[in-house]
Amino acid sequence: MFGYIVRRALYALPILLGVNLLTFALFFVVNTPDDMARMQLGAKRVTPEAIENWKAERGYDKPRFYNDKAFGVSKFTDTIFYDKSLKMFAFEFGAADDGRDIAEEIRSRMVPSLAIALPTFLLGLYVTVSLALLLVFFRQTALDFSGVVLCVAMMSVSSLFYIIGGQWLVAKIWQLVPISGYTGGLDGARFLILPVLVSVVAGIGANTRWYRTIFLEEVSRDYVRTARAKGLSELRVLFRHVLKNAMIPVLTGVVVVIPLLFMGSLLVESFFGIPGLGSYTIDAINAQDFSVVRAMVFIGSLLYIVGLLLTDISYTLVDPRVRLE
Amino acid sequence: MTFLPIILWTDGVIFALVLIAGLAIRQIRRSPQLRDAWRKVFAKPIGFATFVALGFFGVIGIVDSLHYRPALPAEPGVEKQYSGEVLSALDALLAPLRLNTEKTYSAPLATRLFARETVEFEGGGQARIFPRLVFGGAHLASEDEWVSDVLKRVSVGLLVGGVLTGLLWLSVRRAAMRESPRASSADGLHASASEPEPAWRAAVLTMGALLVVSAVIISLASGYHVFGTDKVGQDVLYLTIKSVRTALVIGTLTTLVMLPFAVALGILAGYLGGWVDDAIQYLYTVLNSIPGVLLIAAAVLMMQVVIDTHPEWFSTAAERADARLLALCVILGVTSWTGLCRLLRGETLKLRELEYVQAARAFGVGTVTILHRHVLPNVMHIVVISLVMDFSGLVLAEAVLSYVGIGVDPNTISFGTMINAARMELARDPMVWWSLVAAFVVMFLLVLAANLFADVVRDVFDPRRV
Repeated sequence: MFGYIVRRALYALPILLGVNLLTFALFFVVNTPDDMARMQLGAKRVTPEAIENWKAERGYDKPRFYNDKAFGVSKFTDTIFYDKSLKMFAFEFGAADDGRDIAEEIRSRMVPSLAIALPTFLLGLYVTVSLALLLVFFRQTALDFSGVVLCVAMMSVSSLFYIIGGQWLVAKIWQLVPISGYTGGLDGARFLILPVLVSVVAGIGANTRWYRTIFLEEVSRDYVRTARAKGLSELRVLFRHVLKNAMIPVLTGVVVVIPLLFMGSLLVESFFGIPGLGSYTIDAINAQDFSVVRAMVFIGSLLYIVGLLLTDISYTLVDPRVRLE
Repeated sequence: MTFLPIILWTDGVIFALVLIAGLAIRQIRRSPQLRDAWRKVFAKPIGFATFVALGFFGVIGIVDSLHYRPALPAEPGVEKQYSGEVLSALDALLAPLRLNTEKTYSAPLATRLFARETVEFEGGGQARIFPRLVFGGAHLASEDEWVSDVLKRVSVGLLVGGVLTGLLWLSVRRAAMRESPRASSADGLHASASEPEPAWRAAVLTMGALLVVSAVIISLASGYHVFGTDKVGQDVLYLTIKSVRTALVIGTLTTLVMLPFAVALGILAGYLGGWVDDAIQYLYTVLNSIPGVLLIAAAVLMMQVVIDTHPEWFSTAAERADARLLALCVILGVTSWTGLCRLLRGETLKLRELEYVQAARAFGVGTVTILHRHVLPNVMHIVVISLVMDFSGLVLAEAVLSYVGIGVDPNTISFGTMINAARMELARDPMVWWSLVAAFVVMFLLVLAANLFADVVRDVFDPRRV
């Protein structure tokens, strides 16, 4: 198992390098730093000096891959590619446009993001799996049919509507919780209830339907018929047999998103004013802060790869037939 | 000529799409298996009904894709000049809606403005009142007639819509009788045992509902702003109708853009194996491992720089907005082809080992021919399913991306830009809700129709489902 994890981690390196090359190509080859400077400075203030200044401030004034003027190893290290791309592997992201250290900012913003994302994830999983089991229990009845219709209707509604509607109904009309904001500690819970609730509701349609298909496929298997023939109650069949055997497809979809929870949700965080990584990304996009976007891309793909690894490990936990070698 | 036809980039691609759809229909008519499958889709009431609804939106989108630049009033001795404004055939049809603007917000069917204004009276003195609208309800002599006027217009709309629906029902019935005299017994629309009959009843009902609603809206729109007006006084109904094209472009062109990549790479990876498979798998793992929104954000930011630094490429603002829309489709396509590619690779891996493919190989049939003749037709159901499944997700994604600031050009009318503009006004008291509700409702109808249609198509085409 340990050997497997090490080998998988080594496989991840070329993928991360690919992500790195891709973002580098996007940010520095498609457009030259001069183009970016011209756009950020605005048409009026573009002078050659201003562009040079802008580039020097950000360290974009070096050659891309190979520095002729440097000596020895620094022929390769004193370049944009080394500075901006390779250093990410050491989690050195440099400074954002407002001068703050990106790595520091990411560390401090992870907590609020998790405070929203983790309860959303757990509660959402619990609610949707239960609803799906309920629909499967009442399969081929009017309840099942209307449940599926409701799911399709719910997944046809824009996620923006859930957020705006939730804020309007719960926070404005009923005045149960504040519309937006965030504080740390237990006191912050009142700010978290609504965003968590809205995100869970927004996910019900698509997820319930997805789990229902998985469970239905499992219900038609032979071992389920055997279990029923033994005289087990339908509830026992569902929870002891079907749920357990459906774990593999469920885990495939679920475990991979766990590490990505750190990234937070762009929409929810920006609507509810939560100072997490999601709103950090949105702010960076709106301010066209390229170094922050680059850093988030790198972290996002790193977490995704970790998620894939965790998925494989989780298989061994639920299915003794799966061995990692 | 009083106008100059313009083919924007997305128009060209839409026309190409219509052409491809035509070719596909010809292909389907020729092949008995495909004809059977699609017949099953249309035999289901939900399948036919949602198809009609989607077709309704589609016609709006296509009419909105015929662009032109109107000629400026001719001046003697001057060469003919065309306006810098790019309009579409839909704009010409909706000219009253487009041109009848108010000063600022007004509620649906309102006769007065939503905000107070200081008005000077003729005899001196002034007061802060809600002034009458320039267009909405201007034909009323007194506002007391409002209720009776609205009721009259609604009933005219209902009547016209009802009559049209009745005519449609009769003509469909006659056509159905002529085609299958066997089934003409009771109401002419019963399914026969051998071939499933199209679910005409559901289709006509849907079309009828659409006709009645359109007739009521048209009859009201000649005197009022049916969905109110927005901040700069534009008619919300007009904005909503114009948004349909943007949504359709995003939903269809994106898949069209990604399809060649996904199909070619997926089949090649699965069939050839070896280093080709490794390379293609590496490519899509890299793309897949970047969270979608971030990859789109990075690509859109960079595209913006390209567009902004090359203003000379575009002669009108519409062309620039259109280029951005097309680029967004390409970016969405490039970032979303990985799922389909992986599915196709897996399916091809299975097909490669089947007897008929091995037999073809043993006879010395070339790789290209095998892929074209034996593999491609047998993975097409996956392509069709993912085409219809992706559509609704993309329409929803457009609104979110526009909110985040990496969607369509702010000047392009879309559900996303409408929602974005209306969002700030929720804090007002009393609330400005109409443009938000209009955008959400129409988007919901479009996405719901697409989702239900996709479900029917998947049920029919997916061999795993019985």
